[in-house]
Amino acid sequence: MTDTSPKNSGAPTYEVTPGDFTTAEFGVTPSQTVGPYWHIGLPWADGPDAAPEGTPDRITLRVTVIDGARTPVADAMIETWQADAAGRFAHADDPRGAAEPTPAGFRGFGRAGADESGTAVVHTVKPGPLPAENGAVEAPHVNVGVFARGILERLYTRLYFPEDTDAHAVDPVLTSLPESQRPKLIANKTDDGYSLTVYVQDSDPEGVETPFFEL
Amino acid sequence: MLHLPPQYRPIGADVNAPPDFADYKTTALRSPRQPLKLIPQRLGEVTGPVFGEDRVQPGDADLTIANGGEAQGQRIVVHGRVLDSGGKPVPNTLLEVWQANAGGRYRHIGDNWPAPLDPHFDGIGRCVTDADGHYTFTTVKPGAYPWRNHDNAWRPSHIHFSLFGQAFTQRLVTQMYFPDDPLFFQDPIYNAVPAAARHRMVSVFDYDATVADWALGFRFDIVLRGRDATPFEDDEDHDD
Repeated sequence: MTDTSPKNSGAPTYEVTPGDFTTAEFGVTPSQTVGPYWHIGLPWADGPDAAPEGTPDRITLRVTVIDGARTPVADAMIETWQADAAGRFAHADDPRGAAEPTPAGFRGFGRAGADESGTAVVHTVKPGPLPAENGAVEAPHVNVGVFARGILERLYTRLYFPEDTDAHAVDPVLTSLPESQRPKLIANKTDDGYSLTVYVQDSDPEGVETPFFEL
Repeated sequence: MLHLPPQYRPIGADVNAPPDFADYKTTALRSPRQPLKLIPQRLGEVTGPVFGEDRVQPGDADLTIANGGEAQGQRIVVHGRVLDSGGKPVPNTLLEVWQANAGGRYRHIGDNWPAPLDPHFDGIGRCVTDADGHYTFTTVKPGAYPWRNHDNAWRPSHIHFSLFGQAFTQRLVTQMYFPDDPLFFQDPIYNAVPAAARHRMVSVFDYDATVADWALGFRFDIVLRGRDATPFEDDEDHDD
């Protein structure tokens, strides 16, 4: 259908359904990559500050994103979402009721771009544990979303804290993973907080690839 | 006993692109090789950051005025509703958009192809949906631009959209395209999406939203995941 001239011999071609595009069936809008130019639209001056400067017990999370060639993803963006220090959310759909944040000023959400080393930095507080179904308890953790050029849909993983070993042993998400995979979600302690390396790809199932979740 | 709110419905297999779409070369090293692990949506996934007017400054929904002057290009109104997959409006939710100028150039340090920057176009917009889920931006139609993915590769005109919805699970980043773009046939980012869902990313020309002597109208409705009617099952919770 498409005329491929020699000049375009390297180009892929796809059949395009002609028409006025008014007939799309109702349904969820597909995800697309943030592309290489998200830096013009998405950064916020206070993006990395899930907890503002001066918050008591503020910690720094460093998340480093590495690709399948073990090269830093320098144009990655990460987003974090987590409970407050008391394990609560300032959100109407928390069945315990929306809570004023602990400590005051805590936002719960962080957004940061990676640097040349693939590392994005978010300032926050350590979240509390969360009640789950059937009396289960989720260990303190931070939801981490990874976006970048070449990533067509946000990758979702979690950051857990190394000191909570007892809580990890009963966390419903960690225990749903093979034992060999669990350490990949547990951050390292640093001078001012924690660090986690997210390996986006490894073809070896027992390799370094970070577990990613589907919701 | 904790009652988790109803779960957001699965996206379904025929909506999103596979993570590794070979024609889009950058996916090769940035796509997981191991299957994603399906987990229930618990408190951190049924909640999420909720941003509204506090993130928007006056003028943020009009991209055509910047640095004391008017942007070059075809002025357009882009509007639509943010709905969930049950058809319910998503009110008071932040939308962030970014795009190339009319000549197809982004105001970005990494975009150096020889098309002019427009001193009066930054390409960044924000707005919040109203109680009915409706939003409106005024902008100029972005130009197409070349990229290095394949020989003579060009991105169709598009506007990037970022939405929070009301839960971590609803977060969406997508691209809005324009009807009958002649460049679709060679664009792997557009075509990575399964055919049945691809047209959902394409706006429709909207004569009703076209403003006489001012701007062409395009409508782009955005559908986020909706919720099941029933709460998450709690096995031991039969007596209340």
